[in-house]
Formats: sequence, structure tokens, C-alpha cells
Amino acid sequence: MKIGIPKEIHQGEMRVATTPEAAAQIMKLGFSVSIESGAGLGADISDEAYKEAGVEIVPDTRTLWKQSDIVMKVRAPERNLKLAIEETDLLSPGACLISFIWPAQNEALMQKLAAKHVTVLAMDSVPRMSRAQKLDALSSMANIAGYRAIVEAAQHFGRFFTGQITAAGKIPPAKVLVIGAGVAGLAAIGAAKGMGAIVRSFDTRPEVKEQIESMDAEFLMLDFKEEGSGTGGYAKTMSKEFIEAEMALFAEQAKEVDIIVTTALIPGKPAPKLITKAMVESMKPGSVIVDLAAEQGGNCELTEKDQVVEKHNVTIIGYTNLPSRLANQSSQLYATNLRHLLTELCPEKNGVINVNMDDEVIRGTTVIKEGNITWPPPAPKLSAAPAPQTEAPAYQSVLEQQKKSIIPPAVKQLLPVIIAGLALFGIGAVAPESFMTHFTVFVLSCFVGYQVIWNVSHSLHTPLMSVTNAISSIIVIGALVQISTSNSTVTILAGVAILLAAINIVGGFLVTRRMLEMFRK
Amino acid sequence: MSHSLVTMSYIVAAILFILSLSGLSNQETARKGNYYGMLGMAIAIIATTLGGSVIGSLNVYGILIGALLIGGTIGARAALKVEMTQMPELVAIMHSLVGMAAVLVGYANFMDSSITIGGVEKTIHEMEIYIGILIGAVTFSGSVIAFGKLSEKISGKPMLLPGRHWFNLVLLIAVIVLGYVFLQQAESGGNAIIPLAIMTGIAIIFGIHMVMAIGGADMPVVISMLNSYSGWAAAATGFMLSNDLLIVTGALVGSSGAILSYIMCRAMNRHFLSVIAGGFGTAPGAEAAAIEGEVQPIDAEETAQLLQAAKNIMIIPGYGMAVAQAQHTVNEITKLLRDKGKKVRFGIHPVAGRMPGHMNVLLAEAKVPYDIVFEMDEINDDFTNVDVSIVIGANDIVNPSALNDPNSPIAGMPVLECWKGETTIVLKRSMASGYAGVGNPLFVLENTRMLFGDANATMQAVLKALKG
Repeated sequence: MKIGIPKEIHQGEMRVATTPEAAAQIMKLGFSVSIESGAGLGADISDEAYKEAGVEIVPDTRTLWKQSDIVMKVRAPERNLKLAIEETDLLSPGACLISFIWPAQNEALMQKLAAKHVTVLAMDSVPRMSRAQKLDALSSMANIAGYRAIVEAAQHFGRFFTGQITAAGKIPPAKVLVIGAGVAGLAAIGAAKGMGAIVRSFDTRPEVKEQIESMDAEFLMLDFKEEGSGTGGYAKTMSKEFIEAEMALFAEQAKEVDIIVTTALIPGKPAPKLITKAMVESMKPGSVIVDLAAEQGGNCELTEKDQVVEKHNVTIIGYTNLPSRLANQSSQLYATNLRHLLTELCPEKNGVINVNMDDEVIRGTTVIKEGNITWPPPAPKLSAAPAPQTEAPAYQSVLEQQKKSIIPPAVKQLLPVIIAGLALFGIGAVAPESFMTHFTVFVLSCFVGYQVIWNVSHSLHTPLMSVTNAISSIIVIGALVQISTSNSTVTILAGVAILLAAINIVGGFLVTRRMLEMFRK
Repeated sequence: MSHSLVTMSYIVAAILFILSLSGLSNQETARKGNYYGMLGMAIAIIATTLGGSVIGSLNVYGILIGALLIGGTIGARAALKVEMTQMPELVAIMHSLVGMAAVLVGYANFMDSSITIGGVEKTIHEMEIYIGILIGAVTFSGSVIAFGKLSEKISGKPMLLPGRHWFNLVLLIAVIVLGYVFLQQAESGGNAIIPLAIMTGIAIIFGIHMVMAIGGADMPVVISMLNSYSGWAAAATGFMLSNDLLIVTGALVGSSGAILSYIMCRAMNRHFLSVIAGGFGTAPGAEAAAIEGEVQPIDAEETAQLLQAAKNIMIIPGYGMAVAQAQHTVNEITKLLRDKGKKVRFGIHPVAGRMPGHMNVLLAEAKVPYDIVFEMDEINDDFTNVDVSIVIGANDIVNPSALNDPNSPIAGMPVLECWKGETTIVLKRSMASGYAGVGNPLFVLENTRMLFGDANATMQAVLKALKG
């Protein structure tokens, strides 16, 4: 089957539905691919690059639409002002259209497409399932939008994001609040964090707390019991009380933060108004709000769609084409999503698509099957929370236990050994029997002490020292055996010795006990 | 009690002492070890008292019990009142007591005329008395000076007399000569107490001189060395009194102190003899490289911000933390940071503080869990992963010139390589050099920030900034 990629005609749209790399992969599935001349220019891809990949370049728009069995686009069909014709009318009957459609918002378009007896797969309707993640263009685009939102904010924000301490003074880090931690929100957190800002984030769904924290941002807790998780991993509308508590939190944060990025969307509904005029007024001059929900009316009351406005000294960015502002990147990701969809549609790799309505992914994506509107699809059974954008780096500090050899080289030891040997020989030669008995005890005790102490843990050196100190007061025995003599001087000397030793015994043991009590895990 | 029963009690006491020391080599058994020690001591004292050695009038029992009670009370009061930061002083002064007791017992034994032996045995006995008093006196005066240095009653700087090695040699020769005279006098029944007293005086001077010449940074070695001496003094007394329990216990304590000294010396890459000989830079070599550069100060709030942004934090405490009593504040900061999910560890240099294991005791007092307190060898390779290191009142143990300046007085001493981390914050009272009197190039490194002020006050400010 022939796949055609027309040039996007929407005002300001720079993306293109396929890239040379993706086209080459698609052709391996058995399809032939043609592209309208100049379609990739917005994303910095020349016709030559496509040609090299084997893509046919078609200069005429009408020819391209006419010859294509499958048309792949980014934006939903609209009126081509240059040719003064609806793109829908350019579709040949029975063809297949793959693009963003937004069926809920574009009912008239749906009717028109259905009347043309075509099959339409909407990239915005890909079910949120683990298996469908690789063709989830919404996530791809949201990721880019989140990143770009921070870049836009940085452009309009008058300070560094990162805190710095320079010779010319201290720079406080920017504080960024990200409302809604979906894919776009998480991407915005990552980008802001990467630039060094302090990032906080709020979401009505408690399960994303972990994801926010995995991005190293602070999760703003709302002391309120209500689950905000709707089906399919999206948020749902919250109760009035919850919203009041939430608004109070935002009002408080607005005074403190420098940049707010709002990404709160509820599927099929206008975006909730979270940032009121009063909050905007309370923000510091020079602050920036990036409203990623501008397309659906905006999360901020003062947002103007597609415009950058400055109100109350706050810049409010309402761009709806943030992915398009990073056209090459988003074209690459979108093209890859489309390629994955084609792989799903064409399991036999024979160049023919099979819109298999038993397949949950294809069923969900297909909004019109051969002229019959099949949207909305039955509710998806599985909820898959969007995957966190990064894995928390698992530091496993590998502490190499290097037990160095404690004993110095044998050579060094030889000299003292010889000296000690000679000394022992000398003593043995003259000493009487009784002395040798004691000497035996002494030497053996030295070795016992050596063996016992050698492995003492470093942290216990002080307690060990105070306990040995107490034990060395065993000298009290010496005083005890001498106290009972006729010589009163000796008795007094012994008495003083007992006194000193007693101080040591009691003091040493008690202080050791006190110290050891403190050692707790 | 029969003689055999007393001996048996001594054996039991000796075993309990060994168990006590082996118990103290491990956190889990340390408390038990301490109790073994107490039990051993109680058995030894009771067995000796009831063993027939203590006989005579009520008077004798009065002195005995009175001395035990008064001494015990003083000891207990001291033990319960002492600040953990003053542990080194307490240990030092207690060593001096053992030394003094050894001297007194030696004199008492010498004066006791009831002992009747003769020949070689008598000579050996006199020699034992002489050596016992010598070691006791050195321990006594050395410990008193160590106490003075630690409590800063005496300057911590090494006092280096000109020709001090000669001075020591002269003292040593004098001691040997006096010993000969003493033996002669004792043999001939002459007035042997005079050479003994002179020797005691010399030993005291020797002890003072020895410790005076040792720099404050070497104090851990001195303390453990004196600990060892007090053990040898007890062992010498044991020989003198033919008491095996004293010999065994003295030898245990003596060898344990010697090992600790050796461990400390190794931690500083110093030779034991050069520490004892005193002072730094005994061999005059080339001048150590001068430290040039400008320090970059930081304030408490900025420190808190750096900590907020960090994931992996290392705290390196030194004597300055003990002086400022900052360990409790440090613990609170640690808790706060750990609650925020940060990895906080302590890196302890073996000679940090003024006695072995000083920092561990302080951190334990502040209830820092001991499983996040690491030894230098355990964490030195890990500094590359550390975002922020905080050096609290330490200087020489984080001095890079120990590794890269062969002319530095502390060259070759293993140090905590905190400069390998991303940022190092050094808390310091002023730009004065450390105890060793050595300049520290760490302070002027690109990634080092200096936080001046009293460690406790600054840490309090950091804590406040972290909470705020």
C-alpha cells in the first residue's frame, strides 16, 4: 500500500509525520512511502534526505493525497487555504488517515470523514496500556512540551535557575511549581531540576508522589482525603472541597515561587482554572507562568491562547504548539510512534494494513472504520500509570573492605626479636625459680592481651581505654596486702593508694558504662 | 579463706578481666564486657580482704573501708558529671592516679620490714620495687601534664628544649646509676631511700619533659601510651609482691595500651619512637610549601542551600566539634537531612580528637546511629560520590599536603580526601593553623568554602536555615 505524507498546513506547525529513518523502517514492512515536497523543511529535513532513504518526493499536494492509500499527518485535516479545498476532500475514498483528530472536540470533522467512507486512526486516542506505550504520541509530545515549557520560561525569566555563589554575590535558585505531574509535568520537573531550580509539584493523583520524588522534586501534600485518579491513568474532576483546599495551596505557593508550569487536563473537558487573577497579582514581578493547557482554555484565568502576555508584571505563556517549537525532536518521536502503529497494523509485513478491531490497541485508536464512527471505544480495562521518566539512580556504594596487612615486613621484626631473645636468655641465666614462674605468667598475659585487643573496633577505643584504666587499678590489691603492718607509715601509704585506686575503679567502670549506654544503632 | 581459695578467686578475676577486654572489642558485647570487669574487680578485692592478708585492728579496717568509700564516691561523682567532650582529660587524670598508687605501693613495700628474703631473690625484689616506682612516677607526671594539655591549662604546642634528646639521655643514665647505688645501699642495709627518692624525682621530671615535648595532635598516642604505662606499673607491682593477678592484669592493660598506641601511630604514619621523642619535624628538611590563595567564605544560609541541593553528604568531625559541643546540633541536622532522604554519613579519622575513638563517643552521646559512622579506610574511596562534605573543626586530618607535599610535617599521614567531593565546607573559628601548626591548602581550593565562627553557633544557624 502507498503511504503519503503531506506537508502540514496548520499555521505555525513545523512538524512532519515521518523522518527518513522511520520511512526506511516503514518500507521494510512492505509499504511504499511518498512525501510532499518541502514537508520536512520545518523540522530541518530536506527532500534530499528523504530521497536518499528511498522516499518518493511528490511536488503536487493533490497528487500526493490522491495516490495514497494511507495518509499520515500530524494535525487533524483542515481547510487548505492555498488550494481552497478541505483536506478531507482530498482523501481518496476507502483510504486510511492516521493523525491527531481529537474526536471529542471535532465532531463536525468526524462526520465529514465518516461521510467519505474512510478509516481514521487517531493518534490522540491510543489507549493507555503498557503495550501501547511505544505508539503513545501524546506522551511523546507531552514530554517535549514539558521540556520546552521550561525552556520558554527560562527565556522570559530574568534570573538564573540554579543557585550560585559567585565572587560577585549570591544568586538564589529559582523556585518552580509544576501543577499536574503527568508526562509533561514530569518532563518539566526534570528539565527545571536539570537547570538547577528548586522544583515542587502538585497532582491530584496520590500515586504520582513517588514519581515526583523520583525526579528529586518536592511533592506538595494536600491534607485532604480524595483520590484523583480517573480511569486510564488520567485525572478526574475533584469535589468542591478538594478544589478549595487545592486553590488555597496554590495561592500560598504563588507568592513564593518564580515560575509556575501548569499541565492540568481532564480528558474531554475544558482545562480546570487553577491560577486565578488574584494569584497572578500576588506573584513576584518578573515571574513566569507557562500554561500547557492553553489549548483547552488554560489553567490560568489570564492565559491567552498562542500568546505571550505580560499581566501584573507576570509573563504568561500560552503557546499551544510547544512540541512544534522543537520540531525536529518531536517529528522524530512522532514518526517513531507512527511506525510502531504501522507495525501493529501490519503484523505480516506484507505492506497491507489490517485494522483488527479485536486488538485492544487498534480498537482504541480507530475512531472511524470504513465510514462508521467507532469512537468512543469501550473503556480500557487496564490502567497504566505513565512510566517515570528516569530511574532513581541506585547508588550502591561499594565499599571495598581493604584489610591491609597489619604486620610489618618480617625483616623489620627480626631485630627486636633477636634483642628480646638475648634479654630473655640473660634473665633466664640469673633469675631464680620463683621469678621465672611469675615471668611466665607475665609473658603469656602480654600475648593474651595482644590477641584480645588486636581486633577492637575503632569506635570503642575510648571505652576500652577507660575500662583498661579501671582494670589497671587492680594495683589496689598491692595496697590491700600491705595495709596490715605494724609500720604506721606503710599503713598510711597503703591507705592513700587504696583511696586513689578506688577513685579509679569506680570512676573508670561507671564512665565506661555511661559511654556504652550511648552507643545505639 | 584459705590461700588456695584466694588463688582460685584470682584466677576467676583474671579470666573475667580477659573476657572484659575481649567483650569491649565489639559493640554488641561491650556492655557485658564492662560488667565482667566490675565483677572481676569485686572478686579480687573481696578475696584479698578476706584472704588473711588484711588482719589487725579495727583501725586498719577503718582506713580500708574509709579509703574505699571516699575514693569510690569521688570516682562515681567524676564519672557521672564529666562531659563527654572531656573524656580525654578524665582518662588522663585517672592514669595519673594509677601511677601515683603504684609509687605509693612501691614505697610502702620498700619500707615494710616484715618481708624476709635474701640473696638473688632480694636483689630482684629491690629491682622490682625500683622499676615499679620508676614506671609509676613517669606515668603519674606524664598523665598530669597530658591532663593539663588536654584541658588547655598548658599550651598544646610542643615544648622543645634545646638538646632535649641529650637531656633525656642524661636522665636515663642518672636513673641507672641511682639504681645501682640503691641496690648497693639496700644490700648493705644503708640508707637506700635517698637514691630511691632522687630517682622518683628524676622520673617525674622525665614524665613531664616527655609529654611537654609532644604536640597536641599526637595526644591520642600519648594517652594510649600512658594507658600502657599504667598497666606496666601494675605488672611491676605484681612482680614486687609476687602477686600473679597483678601481673596478669598489668600485662593485659600494658599490651592493650601498647597496641592502641601502635594503631594510632599507624593512623598518622608516624613512627612510635618519633612521637615519643616529641615534636614535629625532628629532621630539619626543606621548608614546606607555603599556602597561597584566597579563601572563599560562605554563610550559614548558603550552607543550608548547598545541603538542600545535595544528595550525598559527608560530615567530618574534629576536635573543634568537641570544643564547641556541637555534636547535638550536628545530630539534629543529620536527622533532618536523613528525613529528607539524603544520604548522610560521618567520616572519622582515627586520630580525630584528642584520644582514640573520641569522635565516636561524642557522636554516640548525641545519639547518632553508629551504622552511619564510618572509619577513614571505609569511606575514603567514596568521596568522589559525595556532593557536600562538612568539615567541623578539623584541620590536619583533611590536609591534602599530607599526600602531595613531601616536605610537609605531616607528609605521608593518611587523611580524609574530602576535596575529591563536589564541595567541601570547612567550619573554622578563624584562619589559624591546626594543632600541628601546619597550613592547610584545602582551605584555598576552588571547591572549598569556609564557614567561620564557633562550630555550634554556626551549625545552629545552618539548622535554622534548613528548617526555615
